[in-house]
Amino acid sequence: MFAYLLNRLWQSLILLVLVSIIGFAILNLAPGGPLSQFALTPGMTREALDRIAHQMGLDRPLPIQYLDWVWRLLQGDWGKSYRDQRPVLDIISGHLFATLLLMVTSTVVSILIGTWIGIKGATKRYSLFDYTATVGAMVALSIPTFWFGLVAIYVFALKLKWLPAGNMYTIGDQSLYDYAIHLVMPSLVLALVNIAVWSRYMRTATLDVINQDFVRTARAKGLTARRVLMKHVVGNALLPMIALAGVQLPTILGGALVTETVFTWPGMGRLFLDSLGYHDYPVVMGLLMFSAILVLLGSLMADLLVALVDPRIRLG
Amino acid sequence: MSDAKLSLSTDAATHWWRSRTARRFMRHKLAVLGLAMISIMIFACVVGPYLLPYDQLFIDLRARFAPPLTGAHIFGTDPLGRDIAARLFNAGRISLLVGFFAMVLSTLIGTVIGVVAGYYGGRLGAALMRFVDAFLSFPSIFLLLALAAFVQPSPFMITVIIAITSWMEIARLVETEVRSLRERDFVLAARMLGLPNAWIMFREILPNAIGPIIVAATLTVARAILLEAYISFLGYGIQPPLPSWGNMLNGAQQYLDKAPWLAIVPGVAITLAVTSFNFIGDGLRDALDARSDLN
Repeated sequence: MFAYLLNRLWQSLILLVLVSIIGFAILNLAPGGPLSQFALTPGMTREALDRIAHQMGLDRPLPIQYLDWVWRLLQGDWGKSYRDQRPVLDIISGHLFATLLLMVTSTVVSILIGTWIGIKGATKRYSLFDYTATVGAMVALSIPTFWFGLVAIYVFALKLKWLPAGNMYTIGDQSLYDYAIHLVMPSLVLALVNIAVWSRYMRTATLDVINQDFVRTARAKGLTARRVLMKHVVGNALLPMIALAGVQLPTILGGALVTETVFTWPGMGRLFLDSLGYHDYPVVMGLLMFSAILVLLGSLMADLLVALVDPRIRLG
Repeated sequence: MSDAKLSLSTDAATHWWRSRTARRFMRHKLAVLGLAMISIMIFACVVGPYLLPYDQLFIDLRARFAPPLTGAHIFGTDPLGRDIAARLFNAGRISLLVGFFAMVLSTLIGTVIGVVAGYYGGRLGAALMRFVDAFLSFPSIFLLLALAAFVQPSPFMITVIIAITSWMEIARLVETEVRSLRERDFVLAARMLGLPNAWIMFREILPNAIGPIIVAATLTVARAILLEAYISFLGYGIQPPLPSWGNMLNGAQQYLDKAPWLAIVPGVAITLAVTSFNFIGDGLRDALDARSDLN
């Protein structure tokens, strides 16, 4: 277990270094690089720009600049926002909760619905239900999330008036119920694609398990169909799902960005778009790096969880 | 032996539509439906603008927010009184072309990196694949938007940055295929003949991995159309007055109550196009995968 853990941590570290190199390359790709903020100031001269570049250490060789940038990231100095001069890390953590709330709710919903559809599809293979679920999943994967959000707002907020059209709470209310009712539509919209993904994988995983010997043994022992399904089939089919959760994380995070925009949800996605609009590159870069680190941590945790549950991996 | 091979290939060349792959594809009802839908859409986008009485840029302020089927405006008009049908067909040309060329470019990048990583393996292969993993760690929309904010948003640059953010899956797939083909006898034979590495990689190994690449490329068209729609909707993709399916939806949210067709019409077009390519990809997967015969 310890060797596996060490190996996995080492891999994550290498990935983190590569991620930071890509991030640094994009940072220097910005028109005028990190200087773009000053280049827009009226009355700015070439000499003044060069002076600022020297002060910021931008006239040093790129590898030195990169190491300096990484060192500051490690110390928690992620730069300051151009907009209000607040530290980038503070701004991001202020928006983290809203995004995590949305992502966790939607993931729980999509795993519950997705696994149910997947198991039912696998046990009743080639039935009308299975066929509808297969086609439905492919259509769900093809619908643009933001457009599905617009349609949902039109139907449930504007026409039926059942749910609020956006925001995280009503100003002045902010009761638990108020939060909950604002959460329903964005989390379901974000869940749609994931339900499709989960149900497909769960169907395949269940079909893989259902024909194995230990399931036949369980049946032969005289266990009820339900008990065989719940204890022996689902238990084993769920295992690859944990790893899938790690793989799906970038998609869910990207989906959250779009969903937040449509529902004016005050999370990281909204912050990202607002910052792009203001050319607030430190925040944009901070969010890019932060989301990649979040993804790396997520997949690391998923892999460790799989190793904890499945002895074949940590021993093999 | 060369005679047999020759006759086989001429047979396949004259009757490709009667080949096993084509027959299996035609048995896949959804794939045929997808092929039909996308053919109709391409035809409509090519021919449509010539048949409609309105130009996509013709502004008629008296006819603002006309609902669908008002006079000759079959899909209604937008907040400036422009004909939505005319804009939809012209937007389709842009969106489909961006999707297609982004697929070509990303398949090219992914295939070259995948072949090199899979063929050489070892440290070079491992380094390239870790690089692929690192790219996959960024949510692609974040990466795409960050890049889009830095470049001139012309259709060409949008195509390039979509390709830059979608080549990784193909690289992974090709690497796996090539790695499994590398030790096969025909590759050893080619090595013994002293053929150059580049020849072995792209002329000997790659043709054997073409099936999965075609499937992945088809699905990449679907993905590229979606990505273009996402960034254009958010205002960083194709810029007006040039219409794309994504940027037609850009202002739709604020008129959702008053003019829902502004959102519904382009959204349905995107969904239909993307669904079609996903169906076709699924059909190709079944048709090209010899193992699926066993099921």
